[in-house]
Amino acid sequence: MEHYLSLFVRAVFVENMALSFFLGMCTFIAISKQVKTAFSLGIAVTVVLGLSVPLNNIVFKQFLAPGALDWAGFPDTDLSFLGFIAYIGVIAGLVQVLEMFLDKYVPALYNALGIFLPLITVNCAIFGAVAFMVERDYTLAESTVFGLGSGIGWTMAITVMAAISEKLKYADVPLALRGLGSRFFMVGLMSLGFLSFSGVSL
Amino acid sequence: MASAKEMKSLVFGPVFANNPIALQVLGICSALAVTTKLEKALVMGLALTLVTAFSSMFISMIRNHIPSSVRIIVQMTIIASLVIVTDQILKAYAYSVAKELSVFVGLIITNCIVMGRAEAYAMKSPPLMSFLDGIGNGLGYTVLLVIVAVVRELLGSGSLMGVEILPLVSAGGWYVPNGLLLMPPSAFFIIGLLIWALRTWRPEQQEKH
Repeated sequence: MEHYLSLFVRAVFVENMALSFFLGMCTFIAISKQVKTAFSLGIAVTVVLGLSVPLNNIVFKQFLAPGALDWAGFPDTDLSFLGFIAYIGVIAGLVQVLEMFLDKYVPALYNALGIFLPLITVNCAIFGAVAFMVERDYTLAESTVFGLGSGIGWTMAITVMAAISEKLKYADVPLALRGLGSRFFMVGLMSLGFLSFSGVSL
Repeated sequence: MASAKEMKSLVFGPVFANNPIALQVLGICSALAVTTKLEKALVMGLALTLVTAFSSMFISMIRNHIPSSVRIIVQMTIIASLVIVTDQILKAYAYSVAKELSVFVGLIITNCIVMGRAEAYAMKSPPLMSFLDGIGNGLGYTVLLVIVAVVRELLGSGSLMGVEILPLVSAGGWYVPNGLLLMPPSAFFIIGLLIWALRTWRPEQQEKH
């Protein structure tokens, strides 16, 4: 249990997807102007991360890893080079199914998240988390915890950033720094703040 | 067939005038984590340039045969296959760099530059022009990546490409390395400063509102 808790805390704070690996920055910078939208996007990313990381873990362990196809009578097959194409396919499929499911059964949530869901397929944070899961050789339980943790950490970062952006509207920023430029400094300062978590371990 | 001048502007336009990272905020994700060392940044830039150029070329070749409803999937498949090829080549011939780049080569798939060029340019243009457009955009990305990496490696560890430039205090020299430059926040600050400089130089890129 302690192991999972420690993994979770690491995924949320120490190895924050957005602030220490620069993942999901495109949406991070483009969308985070309003707290409400940023939070909705964060929830959508968390849901997709929490589902796609364990799902890809199953795909990797059962089909792609060296010797994984033993059950089908191919003990020497190593399909791990097909990884990237399989993961992106799983993510795209999952997002599509999730969209259809929400549309049918949870229309309120669909209306809130709808426009973001297709964007999430190409969100680097999702693919990054899946690639990290494979590289670090997580088990199914570990990858679920890692996926959820990364999602929550990402949501936190993007929401806080949107809140700062809202306040920054009233600041008198130099013309050339307006928008994009100031946003990078803001993320830099936040990332500096998150560095203080780097010693935390449970 | 397009003139030589047009081709030149396709390749060099995106490097400064219309730099994909600075202007369109694309591809920032994987751009920054690999900038702690110049060598990593160069390999990453090269990999992305080749993937963008070839994916644009292949997509442009079959652009008239792709039904528009499934075009995203077709583009994705082509890009992912090229990234797999790149990854395998890197693992075969430059294993240590491939290990250091870890997941970031794979992240080229989700890099918005590749997809963006395929969708915005290659779907409407002939193969050769798309290829050059891919090279140009890849170079624009590489230039920014290299600038950031030079600052971070030179000031963060006193060397370039692993060769010592500024002798460190710990090795009997005079330079005290700035450890912050090896940490993630510095990359954000450097990109921020770059955008500031670029937009002061070219005021038409400033955001009005």
